[in-house]
Amino acid sequence: MAIVRWLGEGELFSRFDRMQREMDKLLSPYRSSVPGTSPAPSGSGIYPPINLYDNGEVFIVRAEVPGIETDKLDLSVTSNTLTLRGERKSLEVEKGWNFHRQERDAGGFRRALTLPEMVDGTKVQASFKNGVLEIVLPKAEQAKQRKIQVTSN
Amino acid sequence: MTSKECKELEAVGKKPIEPSQGESTHENVIFVPAVDIIENSEAITLYADLPGVDKENLSIDVRDGVLYLEAKVKETDPKLRPIYREYDEGGYSRKFTLGERIATDKIAAKLSNGVLTLVLPKAEAHKPRKIQIT
Repeated sequence: MAIVRWLGEGELFSRFDRMQREMDKLLSPYRSSVPGTSPAPSGSGIYPPINLYDNGEVFIVRAEVPGIETDKLDLSVTSNTLTLRGERKSLEVEKGWNFHRQERDAGGFRRALTLPEMVDGTKVQASFKNGVLEIVLPKAEQAKQRKIQVTSN
Repeated sequence: MTSKECKELEAVGKKPIEPSQGESTHENVIFVPAVDIIENSEAITLYADLPGVDKENLSIDVRDGVLYLEAKVKETDPKLRPIYREYDEGGYSRKFTLGERIATDKIAAKLSNGVLTLVLPKAEAHKPRKIQIT
């Protein structure tokens, strides 16, 4: 069964992209158990693929970006949007070198992510370790859940 | 030489390996890392993308002329609730057949920013040599 993918561009396609991925995740255990076939790659989309986690107090965004030039990495935050911009080094190949395989891509990337709740832009922290970029975004005070007192007369 | 126009990267999903020797006994998914392999007259150099891998969790072995790369990744803290996931975390595994033309005792490896650089020097006897004609 051929699956046609959309290349996500902006908010309009992200929902379809997400649905596609959910369907792939559901179907992949069945696909790989059919002898003679291999599970399809999980599809293309905007680089870098990110994971978003929530621990109640903060959002954590993780992206696997091995080999990026950290001095060219640009992160910015507004009240609920995170924008990542950067570049992955391409191999500097001198004369006399031959390629046997080339699977790693190089180039620029720019991605904007809308967060489910507002965050405090002044308290955002980012770290880059082993090729994984981790951004910790503390939720804005108003966004944290608060118990509401009910008074009765 | 370089024009300032930068190519846009596309995300390519990580490929899980096909279990070739029956089912795996551990729960993690294992992926095939993307590599670049280039060669010149002195050595073959391999670059592998291994995001999330520490030196302690990476093993590089050469056995019977085959180069094995295996890596494990620390599991994400289970207290973190995933809201949206575009990639899975898991280990990496890949193997390459080496010709005897590699000086296996001189292999050098470096892991930096999630990229492994592996230099496989060619054995002396197999370096291309110009033959003088008298």
